[in-house]
Amino acid sequence: MKNAAILYDATLCIGCLECERGCAAANNLPYDDTIAREKTTSEHKYTYVAVLGGEKYMRRLCMHCNDPACASVCPVGALHKTALGPVVYDASKCMGCRYCMVACPFNIPKYEWSKAIPAVRKCIGCYERQAAGKPTACAEACPTGATICGERSALLAEARKRLSENPAAYVDHIYGEKELGGTSNLFLSSVDFGKAGLPTHYGNQPLPPLTGNVLAHVPDVATIGMAVLGGVYWITHRREEVAAAEGAEKDQKKG
Amino acid sequence: MKRLGFWTSVFIVVLLFGAAATWLRFFHGLGASTNLSDRFPWGIWIGFDVLCGVMLAAGGFTLMATVHIFHVKQYEPIARPALLTAFLGYLLVIAALMFDLGKPYNIWHPVVMWQPRSVMFEVGWCVMLYTTVLALEFSPIVFERLRMQRPLRIIRMISAPLVILGVILSTLHQSSLGSLFLIVPGKLHPLWYTGLLPVLFFLSAVATGLAMTIFESTMSARHFGRALEKPIILGLGRLLMVVLIVYAVVRFQDMFHRRALAEAFQSSYESSMFWFEVGLTTIVPITLLLFRATRENPLRLYVVSILVVFGFVVNRLNISVTGMERASGVHYFPAWSEIAVTMSIVGMGVFLFTMAIRYLPIFHHEQAA
Repeated sequence: MKNAAILYDATLCIGCLECERGCAAANNLPYDDTIAREKTTSEHKYTYVAVLGGEKYMRRLCMHCNDPACASVCPVGALHKTALGPVVYDASKCMGCRYCMVACPFNIPKYEWSKAIPAVRKCIGCYERQAAGKPTACAEACPTGATICGERSALLAEARKRLSENPAAYVDHIYGEKELGGTSNLFLSSVDFGKAGLPTHYGNQPLPPLTGNVLAHVPDVATIGMAVLGGVYWITHRREEVAAAEGAEKDQKKG
Repeated sequence: MKRLGFWTSVFIVVLLFGAAATWLRFFHGLGASTNLSDRFPWGIWIGFDVLCGVMLAAGGFTLMATVHIFHVKQYEPIARPALLTAFLGYLLVIAALMFDLGKPYNIWHPVVMWQPRSVMFEVGWCVMLYTTVLALEFSPIVFERLRMQRPLRIIRMISAPLVILGVILSTLHQSSLGSLFLIVPGKLHPLWYTGLLPVLFFLSAVATGLAMTIFESTMSARHFGRALEKPIILGLGRLLMVVLIVYAVVRFQDMFHRRALAEAFQSSYESSMFWFEVGLTTIVPITLLLFRATRENPLRLYVVSILVVFGFVVNRLNISVTGMERASGVHYFPAWSEIAVTMSIVGMGVFLFTMAIRYLPIFHHEQAA
């Protein structure tokens, strides 16, 4: 199965923000100097380039987790991981519980707080472009090749090659290869990923089994519980019926 | 009558603020009416109205199980008030959800869009089904009042499976509210994040249900000048002590195993809130209840029950707000409009409870054959 992914190599990034501009254009989002200075994802900004100082940068965007927490917690399936790779969103299904925002370990889903009828907004990995075989808007806009698109396993091989060919230029780690069960997007950097602002305290297990393992017990609790409580009910009530019948018998004998 | 006048005017003022907040919420959105943000997407409408609302309604299933499944007939006189609290509680939780959901008109979506991997999906289904069960369990009270014999007979025929279903749904649902937070191991503070959240939510719900029943029975006995059923209150007090001790053992043992106890002894905002909560839910009430002088005095039990209810409200706000703040990087305090909506909902609950007690056979009714 194809896993359309992004490889972002921060050592090639020059902080020109073309990816931000390309993303805004492709998603019909506004973009100007003020928005360019906003260093966070939001309802009108799906990706941003963090400036780490000393000409170092780190892109942030939806990681498109292989087993995404946002999709697993959504009660109506408004968010889902496509077979192609990107995690997409269907506003018509969404009821606005915002559990995805609470659950996402990368704090990616953002909300239209100012609208009377709001929706969740996030990077959807340019699903339609990728489905048509085109690169994402950010990759297309990137002038240095810092962001490239492709099949995840091919990008992973490319990342490994860069690490082995030029070990001095990188932190020896491919962020997204294993984090939280792996993400479609892969990052390379010369700066420690934790210092670059990415979460590093989660480990390599995906989050959805944390709730999934508990939910798996629901049918058992329901059926066993009903059998036990039904049994208790029958016994306690029978005791009462027997007591009543015995009482009646005694009354008859006396009478 | 003077006192009633005072509370009525307070209620009206609260409702006026609530109406203004409602207008703000539905015409200008969640941003204008709440202090929620991308960094802090859940506030008191979830933390108090939903998480605490459901917990405060737990007396319903606890007493229905005690009286109708375990057949402890002694508690029958307070089963109906507890059922009333549960029914009103769930209706008000749904009302609160209509405020909090971004698109409340899509609230029915989980009925058709199945997503069994989602805790929220399960919570949605349990709320829906249990509210239906509660309506059916509550209906005989209305039928009695209207002297409708036929529907009364029909509903009594299915009363046993209804009670069992209600207890199962409540058990699942109360614990699931805890499971909601299992997905945020990196965000919820270690003083509160544990794999046992569903168990702790269930136990705290049972404790709060018992405490609420003591509280309400005492309040309504005073209000309507009835004699308090003393043996019942004392019995509930003993049950409360047992449940609190079990809760305390599970809570502290879990912290010990997770090596989280050290966190509690560091000086931080979280550890202060932790001790405040734990003091109110375990240390103080259990210590008081160990004395016969507390256990055998309805007035003192009433005070203990208030402590316990307040303590578990703090507990759930700690999990949903306090414990989530550090990772979010922001401090959340509700907007006036969030508080106004919450107070209106609580006010409606008290108002409807008082009305139901006045006009329906809640405390005085013919014993079912």
